[in-house]
This record gives sequence, structure tokens and C-alpha cells, in this order.
Amino acid sequence: MKFSCDITLCLGTFQLEVADCCDVRALGLVGASGSGKTSLLELIAGLRAPDRGSIVIDGRVLVDRDAGVSVTTAHRRIAYVPQDALLFPHLTVRQNVDYGRQDRSVLSEAEIVSLLELDPLLPRGVGELSGGERQRVALARALFSAPCLLLLDEPLAAVDLPHRRRILEALIDVRDRLGVPMIYVAHAADEVRAIADRVLSLDRGRVVAAGPASTILM
Amino acid sequence: MTPESVWQIALFTAASAVGATALVLVPGVAVAWALARGRFRGKAVVDTLVTLPMVVPPVATGLLLLWAVGPEGPAGPSLATLGIDVLFTWKAVVLAMAVMGFPLLVRTARAGFEQQTLRYEQIAETLGASRWRVFTTITLPLAARPIGAGALLAFARALGEFGATIVVAGSIPGRTRTLASGIYAFTETGQDRDAVLLLGVSVALAFGAVLVSNQLSERAR
Repeated sequence: MKFSCDITLCLGTFQLEVADCCDVRALGLVGASGSGKTSLLELIAGLRAPDRGSIVIDGRVLVDRDAGVSVTTAHRRIAYVPQDALLFPHLTVRQNVDYGRQDRSVLSEAEIVSLLELDPLLPRGVGELSGGERQRVALARALFSAPCLLLLDEPLAAVDLPHRRRILEALIDVRDRLGVPMIYVAHAADEVRAIADRVLSLDRGRVVAAGPASTILM
Repeated sequence: MTPESVWQIALFTAASAVGATALVLVPGVAVAWALARGRFRGKAVVDTLVTLPMVVPPVATGLLLLWAVGPEGPAGPSLATLGIDVLFTWKAVVLAMAVMGFPLLVRTARAGFEQQTLRYEQIAETLGASRWRVFTTITLPLAARPIGAGALLAFARALGEFGATIVVAGSIPGRTRTLASGIYAFTETGQDRDAVLLLGVSVALAFGAVLVSNQLSERAR
């Protein structure tokens, strides 16, 4: 993924200013709470509009304020897994994962179901799931939509340790075998190190360090 | 008054209130959604206009309706061309009830849209869903309880509607007499027992509607 971003977003007294250009399989975002990681993901997904600047991924301009370009969220093909999973509460697990299903999905249904161990969860209601199960379903829902880019906001925060390892391996598989690039936000350095080639460290809305994960997360 | 007359008035009022609620349901939900989500010029004016029937004296609202659907009003010529008589018919009763219940539906449904659905809608969009698909599969189902609560409040308001109804529809026995106008008419003519009977039916119907509406609002939180 060739990722180029030079944006400013003003949210009241908070100002997010991020400029970076890189060619990576997965980009990690680290920083304290309130440093702007989630806001940056929301800008890339199209859930917020920057006040200034542009975001270009693999040569495709997603937003460019000067040129008046803004691809709608639905047309970006960027799946977003938020911290709280946000499964649709009125739908079953099966209906959730099917919601954005695309036939061109790089993984078959069986592969995704097996990868995330979803089989016993599919007939259940969303309200019956644990935090970790919700995150696995949210990941499956995102993968079924055949995204060009996967945005993951602390996807393993609520997942227990055995599942965490397995899902991390699955994400690496998705990244490498299927070539789905991702932007990964996490507090746990080992997770980011395992997934990301490059890391941006944010502090109060600004990039304070950028470089290979092995260097930034020493 | 015979028991049949009590039932006739109660049924007519309930049927008119159901008709009025059905009439405002789609436009009410659309306006509530536009006010909750939309960013458009004149939003404050639309919001104020929607609220007006709640604060303007109902008799004044009735006079405005009388003008609007009368021969001199904006809708008068079209209605005349179509051969539709509104004033002092059941249609006027439904119209008055609809106008008076509209703000309650809009305000309750709007609160539902504002509180619950936005982030789910955003996730649905990231999954490639069109705006219409998001609205029909995420927004509406998630806001179903507040919309239901609002519809029941509008229905309850319609059941008790008096001021606007009496102006545009009168209180014609067997034709436009409702629970509220019946209570008034019987009290005026000293038929206190009949008035109390209608009062009991009114309170029972309104109590049931508001109770269910409150339960729906509670579950939606």
C-alpha cells in the first residue's frame, strides 16, 4: 500500500496534523489516549472530513480539499473495525457478517469462519456475545466486505490471550497471503510490532516519531 | 345517551386518531430524520414551524386549517376540483388530529435518531451500503421504538384533541363528534352522566397509549 497523507483536522481546541508518505503492508499507529489515532482512522474511512489536505492510497485520491475531491464512505472500500466493534444490535451474528458481503472477497466464507472460529457464533444474537467474540465478528464483517484497506482500532483489546494469538496470526495471514493492507492502532507494542512494517507515533495530534516498527517500538 | 352512542363516539375518535397517526407517520419520520441528520439552510425555521402546533392555542391552529382548506385557502381550489369536502366532515377531524399530533411524533422520533443510530450508520457505510440501504436496514430498525413511542404519543394527543377539531369539524352527533367535543357538549347541556362516561373512556384510552409509549421510550434508552 502506498499511503500518502497530509491533513489537518480541527476539533474544538484539539488539532490533528499528520503528514506521512510510505509504502507498507501495514502501518501501525501508537500514542496515548487522545493523541488522535482514532480521528485519523475516521478521516481515512471518510467518517470525518479534514479541514485541509489530502489522503491518497495506492494512487487513488480519497480526499483532497484543494481539488474539491471527497470519495464517499461507501465507495472507499475501506473497512473499519472500531474499538467497540459496533455490531448491529438488531441483527444476528450471521446477518452482521453478511451485511457488507461482496462476492469478490479475497477469502471464502469458510476460510473466514474457520480463521475466526465463528461457526458456533453465527446463529446467536449480538447481545449474547462476549467482548472478544464481538471483535471477532466485527473482523469477519469487515473481511467479508472485500476491503482495499482494513482499519483496525485496538481490535484485540477485549480478546482473551489464546484468541488474541490466533487472531493476530490470522491478521498477518490476511496481510501477507491475501495482500489486504491495514492500518493498525494498538496500545500493546508487541501487537503493533507483529503486524506493522512502519509505525507513526502520535502525541496531542502530531506525529512525534515515524519509522520502522523495530526502531520506533524498541 | 345509549351505550351504543358512547361506543360510536369512542370508536369514531379512535379510528380518526389511528387515521391521523397513519397520515403523519411517513412525513413525521422524514422530518425527524432531516432535523436530526440534515444540515440545511432554514433548519431552525423548520424546527420552529414543526413545534408551533404545540404552543399556539389549538383554536388558532384550527382557524389556520379552516382557512387553508377553505375556499379561499391554498388547498381549497384543488380540493374543490377533486370534489373533496373537508370542512365539518370526518376528514376535518382527522386533519386537525394529525396537525396537533405531528410535533409529538417528530420530537420523539428525532430524539431516537440523534441518540442511537449515527455510529452504526457510519459502520454500515464503510461496508459499502448506500444511504438508502443504511436508512432502511439500520436507521429505521434501530429507531423503531422511539418512532413507535412518538406515534403513540401522537395518537394519544389526537384522542384528546378539541380546540382545532371544533373549529374545522364542529361537533356534529354521528358525524364529527369526538370524545373531547362530546364531553364538552354533554357538560354544556347538563348531561353530566354521559360526560363522565366519555371522560372514563378518554382517560382509559389515553392511559394505555401513553403507558405503552413510555415503555417503548424506556426500552429504547
